Amino acid sequence: MGEELKKRLDDVYQNYLEGNITRRDFVKFAGIAGAALGLAGGPFGLMGNAFASKSITCHSWGGTTSEALRKFAFDPFTKATGIEVIDAAFTGMDAFLTQVKASIPPGGEFNIAHLSAVYDYARYTDLDFGVVLDESKIPNLKNVMTKMTDTLRGITNGTLSAVPYDLGQTGIAYNTNEISKADAEKLGASLLYEKSLKGKLGSWGGDFRTNMWYAALHTGQSPNNITDIDAIWKVLTEQRSLMKKYWASGSELMSLLANGEIFATVAWSGRVAALQDQGHPIGYLAPDGTYSWMEYMYVLKGTDLDVAQQLLNFMLEPDAAIAVAQGQKYPPALDPTKVEMPDDVKKLPAFDPTGKLNGYLFADPAYWNKHQIEWAEKWDRIIAGA
Amino acid sequence: MKEKPWKPWLLLSPSLTAVFLLLVIPVCFVVVYSFWLRAPSGQDIPAFQFGNYAKFFADFFYPVILLNTIRVALETVFICLIMGYIPAYFFYRTESRLKPFLMILVMLPFWISFIIRTLSWINILGDSGLINHLLLKSGLISSPIPMLYNEGAVIMGLIQYLLPFMILNIYVSLDGIDKSLAEAAKSLGCTEWQAFREVTLPLSMPGVSAGCLLVFVLTCGTYLPPMILGGPGNEMIANLIFKRVIGTLDWPFGSAISVILLLLLVIIVYTYNRYMGINQIFKSLSKG
Repeated sequence: MGEELKKRLDDVYQNYLEGNITRRDFVKFAGIAGAALGLAGGPFGLMGNAFASKSITCHSWGGTTSEALRKFAFDPFTKATGIEVIDAAFTGMDAFLTQVKASIPPGGEFNIAHLSAVYDYARYTDLDFGVVLDESKIPNLKNVMTKMTDTLRGITNGTLSAVPYDLGQTGIAYNTNEISKADAEKLGASLLYEKSLKGKLGSWGGDFRTNMWYAALHTGQSPNNITDIDAIWKVLTEQRSLMKKYWASGSELMSLLANGEIFATVAWSGRVAALQDQGHPIGYLAPDGTYSWMEYMYVLKGTDLDVAQQLLNFMLEPDAAIAVAQGQKYPPALDPTKVEMPDDVKKLPAFDPTGKLNGYLFADPAYWNKHQIEWAEKWDRIIAGA
Repeated sequence: MKEKPWKPWLLLSPSLTAVFLLLVIPVCFVVVYSFWLRAPSGQDIPAFQFGNYAKFFADFFYPVILLNTIRVALETVFICLIMGYIPAYFFYRTESRLKPFLMILVMLPFWISFIIRTLSWINILGDSGLINHLLLKSGLISSPIPMLYNEGAVIMGLIQYLLPFMILNIYVSLDGIDKSLAEAAKSLGCTEWQAFREVTLPLSMPGVSAGCLLVFVLTCGTYLPPMILGGPGNEMIANLIFKRVIGTLDWPFGSAISVILLLLLVIIVYTYNRYMGINQIFKSLSKG
């Protein structure tokens, strides 16, 4: 529609130049065409497409993740069913939740979102943005690791608003030219507090949980049951003086590590794998109690459930899920004891060959969401030096 | 000829409608939100209470960041003024045929995304960036000079963003000054410097003030340079608003901080208008 309008507008402009139509008529047509293009191509168009019966939107992380989803899941799905998948990228989990909350009706302008962390599953559910999926229409769910689906069911009274899709960790990345593997393993979580690395440490400034998690490990506490909160604030305050940069995005994290600006930081396992693939001297450390998380495809209220369930089932097909995992560098949610995984997937950080995820420590959503405001503000004060 | 008093309003109606819909109404929403409460789940609870404002002033944390923001904004204004006046004066005096081209160069940064421009400094000032790389290779230094992730880097990023606003405002003001005035001063015995100091500089003050105000206001509201180029402790008030609204979904408190910032800027603009006249900005923009 946009192309056709543009061509007609060009024709009219040509006629105007040749003196075949008046300036008044030209302006009138241009105005109408512009308004039509704006309505069709702008947010209204996206919204219209999202609600159209033969299309569905999916918001994800952009970059290699979106590329992998588009290439190995969405395009084949469209080819097989004729249903268009409109993929879009969000800048971050919190920013996306803000967008969803601000939409009218809340959540109604969005369909599926590729979200991380169980506490966000709880937040979306608490805000009443979820749906109840008909699992009989997603038969490939049987291949998903039971622990992952059970975790989500625990929050939504035995039902599912999302299907688990992949898992990852926030471990520790370190520059192998500057820090030996033996030293890193010996220090574990305390590597992030190592005074000899002053001015060469980084951390994720936007997430109080990650920082408190590793502070808990450093102080010998359970991250999901912190008993000495003052000790957490104390070590985080001390750590601040060692920091070069609190990074704000995955691309910034990769840039800081790749350019040697920082030698050690908390890091998302998939990003570390991507850096290693690019040949950078970056090691990955997953100490006991490493912060693990799962990613899932959350279906938002107002979505055409038949279309959504069809897409989710397609995405969980082993071929599609494994190809996406290879592209985005995070292991799929499929149980390796039920679905044979290729070697490169088996080598990805956070891969669990048992499919049971024993020893994987996930954030307790009730615990972390309960303290969110208080701890996020305290964290802000610490990084601001207050 | 009979005057039609409604005609200016008719002509202004599209702009006024846009301003009303896109500025006044959203600001009203922000003000209303600032009195609401936030539930632990992230839901907003309609209320009329001043808790969010009280929280802002409960201790020194938020006011200190606000004061830091003002300090950084003033430093940015001062440096932009020094750096901006010289090229503006050059454009005013030069008779070169290259003048339009040079003016386009001032505008050129606007053709590139602000984020890209800000990020590009990492490749120039970073530990393995261009400058450190050259200094290390030439043997002048043995370890990289830390030039990024501090307040200096933030101010530099702000200057890069805001300098064109200052140059254009000053230039527009200078361009309106009759050059023969300075010549007359010189014919009466003034030196070049005295003619500039006594004639040109005072007459260019409206443009200087307009540029300073624009740079100040824009600095107070920006958050990208501190986020990308700043280190621990270089946060500005806009970063705090971003974190409250996006990070913790605490729209009521984020709105309260926004309203406080807005009130501060309104007071500054009002003071400016009282002594300098706000029309100088519109004059500058219309000519720019």
